[in-house]
Amino acid sequence: MTDAHCSIASGAVPSAAVAATASLRPKMAARNLDFFYNDFQALKNINFNIAEKRVTALIGPSGCGKSTLLRVFNRIYLIYPKQEAKGEVLLDGENILDPRFPLNRLRSKVGMVFQKPVPFPMSIYDNIAYGIRHYEKLPKSEMDARVEQALIQGALWGEVKDKLKQSALGLSGGQQQRLCIARAIALKPDVLLLDEPTSALDPLATGKIEQLISELKKEFTIAIVTHNMQQAARVSDWTGFFWLNEQRSGILAEFGETQQMFTSPRDRRTEDYITGRFG
Amino acid sequence: MSAVADRLYRNRRIKNGIALVLSALSAAFGLFWLVWILWTTLLHGIAAMKPSLFTQMTPPPGADGGIANALFGSLLMSALAILIGTPIGIAAGTYLAEFAKKKAIGETIRFVNDILLSAPSIVLGLFVYTLVVRTTGHFSGFAGALALALIVLPVVVRTTDEMLQLVPSTMREAALSLGVPQWKVTVQVLYRSALPGIMTGVLLALARISGETAPLLFTALNNQYWTSDLTAPMASMPVVIFQYAMSPYESWQSLAWAGAFVVTLFVLLIGILSRAILLRTKVTHD
Repeated sequence: MTDAHCSIASGAVPSAAVAATASLRPKMAARNLDFFYNDFQALKNINFNIAEKRVTALIGPSGCGKSTLLRVFNRIYLIYPKQEAKGEVLLDGENILDPRFPLNRLRSKVGMVFQKPVPFPMSIYDNIAYGIRHYEKLPKSEMDARVEQALIQGALWGEVKDKLKQSALGLSGGQQQRLCIARAIALKPDVLLLDEPTSALDPLATGKIEQLISELKKEFTIAIVTHNMQQAARVSDWTGFFWLNEQRSGILAEFGETQQMFTSPRDRRTEDYITGRFG
Repeated sequence: MSAVADRLYRNRRIKNGIALVLSALSAAFGLFWLVWILWTTLLHGIAAMKPSLFTQMTPPPGADGGIANALFGSLLMSALAILIGTPIGIAAGTYLAEFAKKKAIGETIRFVNDILLSAPSIVLGLFVYTLVVRTTGHFSGFAGALALALIVLPVVVRTTDEMLQLVPSTMREAALSLGVPQWKVTVQVLYRSALPGIMTGVLLALARISGETAPLLFTALNNQYWTSDLTAPMASMPVVIFQYAMSPYESWQSLAWAGAFVVTLFVLLIGILSRAILLRTKVTHD
């Protein structure tokens, strides 16, 4: 599988990263993607695929655009003025950056979980049902079943089944984060974007989330941003390593199978980064 | 070394002691007047308390009477002012916090609202006098309510704006990332989060207008009789207190004390209520 592994010098050979995952069906893909905050270019010429029903980890130092990239994938960046994405992001071959691509369809297909758990100020039940109600009119019994299913998938059902009517704000941080994951998968999306989902959690809660991620990839395509190298190594199948170029724009320095990346990285910077050396 | 450290520590303790005494004295100075005012109100107010206060109308000089019409007028006009001011205020505050963020128009409205917030209430009274009383040709309860609403409005705009801005942006992102449109997110998620704060703002606005005299003098004027007709002049607590406290008649002065006591009590209750709302949400939401 060495040929499935590649390294890119300053993003000069974009097609190599694409070729790496070509054998797998790409669920999402970035093509010549640039991103700007005002005039500052935060991402430069990003090209890679997110393989279907696999976990793709995005790693790299702070400020190199990993979260920004994730935020492009469901166009959540749109809520802030003066942020602009150029190029293409494909979801099943369709360009989601096209303004004609309906936003609520995109967001029902591509769910997102954030760094800090953000339960809505309502009951546990309503937290899950809230998103569903926006897309479907379900009778009470069916809604109950959907909520239960989402909570089971989110590995939270056992802990909350007796207190569904209680406020979600009373849950612990780890439970809140699993609730947020359950809330996202309740919409039956294809893709889950996880933006450092465990950075605010203790090791036990982190372990549970990681376990959950391995469970979820049977059904969902997952992209995860993490600063925890062990986590990337543990949960992901593919890894993209981001770095800054001379203009401080984020570039995809290396992309490949996780095992390969962590055992024999091609790029010196990748090796230094994942072993904790900088230079 | 340790001698130096000891000396430094001693000096610091002396300075701390001085600062503590000074701040305690300042607090006592401020509280002294407050307690004095409340004590006097309480003393005279309770002495003037009697059941007929709440059943009889404001009397002519020398006769016996109550403040029922003024209490009713105040409640009616305050309620109407809150009813007018709150929805507009919440809508405007929402616009500022959610839809005009970092836009010139938002900043301008916020600035103008702050001016309105600190505008002398007599100016608002005169404004409504010119706008309503002069054009309709007579004083009216409605004009009074409108003047009070102009006081409520900027308070509610400000609190709504601030409370919504306190809602973390991640809450917006999380809700929007479910594909729910912005207005729904605002109404169904953000309002829930900001509601205790907004309600407190409305209550504080109510507390403020229940003591406002100046805007009512030019608008609702006063009325010796019971009326629920908003197109007629209407009695109110502050105006009655003002008029009776200034009078030479002892029975009027005693009614003014009773009125002051009732208004103070009302404001106190609102204060406790808003405290309770904030406290309760802190316990369950943190």
